[in-house]
Amino acid sequence: MLRSLRSELLKISTTRIWWILAAILFGYVGLTAAGMAALFTTIRQQPEGQLITAEMVPPLVYSVATAVGYVFPLLFGALATTTEFRHQTLTPTFLATPRRSAVLGGKVIAGAVWGVVYAVVGLLAAVGLGALVLAATGQETLLGDSDVWALLGRIVLAMMLWAMIGVAFGVLVSNQVAVIVIVLAFTQFVEPLLRLASSFWEWSARIGGYLPGAASDALVGSSIFTAFSGAATADSLEWWQGGLVLGGYAALFLVIGGLTTWRRDVT
Amino acid sequence: MTGAVIEIQSLTKRFGGTTAVDDLSFRVEPGVVTGFLGPNGAGKTTTLRSLVGLVRPTSGRATFDGTSYAELPNPLRTVGTALEAASFHPGRSGRDHLRVVGAAAGIPTARVDEVLAWVGLADAGGRRVGGYSLGMRQRLGLAFALLGDPGALVLDEPINGLDPEGIRWIRGFLRDLAAEGRTVLVSSHLLSEVQQTVDRVVIISRGRLAYEGTLDGLEGGAIARVHVDAADREALGRSLTAAGGQVEVAGDGLRVSGLDADAIGRHALAAGVPLRLLVPEREGLEDVFLGIVGEGEIR
Ligand SMILES: Nc1ncnc2c1ncn2[C@@H]1O[C@H](COP(=O)(O)OP(=O)(O)O)[C@@H](O)[C@H]1O
Ligand SMILES: [Mg+2]
Repeated sequence: MLRSLRSELLKISTTRIWWILAAILFGYVGLTAAGMAALFTTIRQQPEGQLITAEMVPPLVYSVATAVGYVFPLLFGALATTTEFRHQTLTPTFLATPRRSAVLGGKVIAGAVWGVVYAVVGLLAAVGLGALVLAATGQETLLGDSDVWALLGRIVLAMMLWAMIGVAFGVLVSNQVAVIVIVLAFTQFVEPLLRLASSFWEWSARIGGYLPGAASDALVGSSIFTAFSGAATADSLEWWQGGLVLGGYAALFLVIGGLTTWRRDVT
Repeated sequence: MTGAVIEIQSLTKRFGGTTAVDDLSFRVEPGVVTGFLGPNGAGKTTTLRSLVGLVRPTSGRATFDGTSYAELPNPLRTVGTALEAASFHPGRSGRDHLRVVGAAAGIPTARVDEVLAWVGLADAGGRRVGGYSLGMRQRLGLAFALLGDPGALVLDEPINGLDPEGIRWIRGFLRDLAAEGRTVLVSSHLLSEVQQTVDRVVIISRGRLAYEGTLDGLEGGAIARVHVDAADREALGRSLTAAGGQVEVAGDGLRVSGLDADAIGRHALAAGVPLRLLVPEREGLEDVFLGIVGEGEIR
């Protein structure tokens, strides 16, 4: 398994997709965080804006790293597995390691490692640029606050879990084009709509809390999405429950994929 | 070095309704090059993929010295495999491809550079595989097979796509590997492609064993014929038929089987027919091969 892990890490670092996604992540998260910091500064200067306290702003800005950035480790993980199906590199992979479960284990752990890389990139963008704008406009950055550092730690955990979900989902779907379409459609369109719809009733809001994006927000504990959809917040999961739900998705996809596509003949 | 004995035992593989390999059994010994022949669709690739655990057989077993591929402690060090249409990530360099699989088998980078040089890719190794020619991919596939310095080599159509210089190179290469005591199993859909390289052949057709043995043995099955002609073709034909020969009229004379040139000469003399042509012909091995597998058969 250790050899498999080393091989999987090398697979990632010897192709370009990881840093292309990382670069887009940095730009996207950085711009959003900086824009949001500037927006809150403006709002707080209005008389009605005083409702938003100085302590509320930094966590919202920093959590942009996951709130908009989580799709990158997810997509990355999914591409990392489907590329093996697409380019038929499962042949040399399984020749070197016939124990397919060991390959899968190596892949999931390598995904988690790269999830941390994406977390670092996302935080450099969100905290780096966000705090820069906050400081420049004379707002609180809270960078000395231990609660904020705990938030950053949970962001790292969330990005790690998203990458693992991606790897597992890639095994389940196996078709690269299908996986890209599903991931983008679900995260950018279907899930936001579902979360909005579920927030109308109390019973549905409770179910909606188990949607992966909602669980991720619960884990991180602060997100622009939950901040503006009042009802859902009350029914949101505890942070650790959110983490377990995300882990559960990864495990579910992994088990089903591992028993189906992963066991197939490689021809 | 003594390579592992490869043994295929009653191997059957069905894909849905298609029976790709049908109760196939054969043995491959170390120290010689064994050709694994059959027309396209005969089941060669399926057999070889079953042998290395990529395809799960419907029934039967395939082993290396009695151990299945999946149970080998470090398979790349026992068996080197180059499968048809070797699969590489186009965005990764040839050298990185070998480093990736090497890492999974605990093989150091120094060995990667060694095998790259061995197959003539020392310079191209740093370039992305997407820009490789088919011949270069074949060489990279061979480099992968050699990575663990294995005693047994399983090569699926390795000559396909090589230029004439490459073909000459690989022929010598395979013979050298066998001479070192390794087990070398090479598939091809063309007998002529491997004829000068192999010592033994296993021929399959429609997933079933059609012939297993030496090339000489295969040649023994060839039909000898004599191309003969005389001014009085009709009289010659009559006398040879009377002598027990099977005579076919060809555009430029007669083709006779069942009698050798010596007998034909004597019978012509006895019949008083002067000959103007007497040429013994031997059916080519390729014809024997096609006769065994069924001509131009594609499923
Ligand atoms: N994955 C597959 N699914 C369905 N049929 C297959 C598959 N792989 C091979 N076959 C069929 O099995 C037969 C043998 O194919 P193959 O082993 O590739 O032959 P060869 O390598 O001798 O050309 C062919 O009829 C082919 O169509
Ligand atoms: Mg084939």
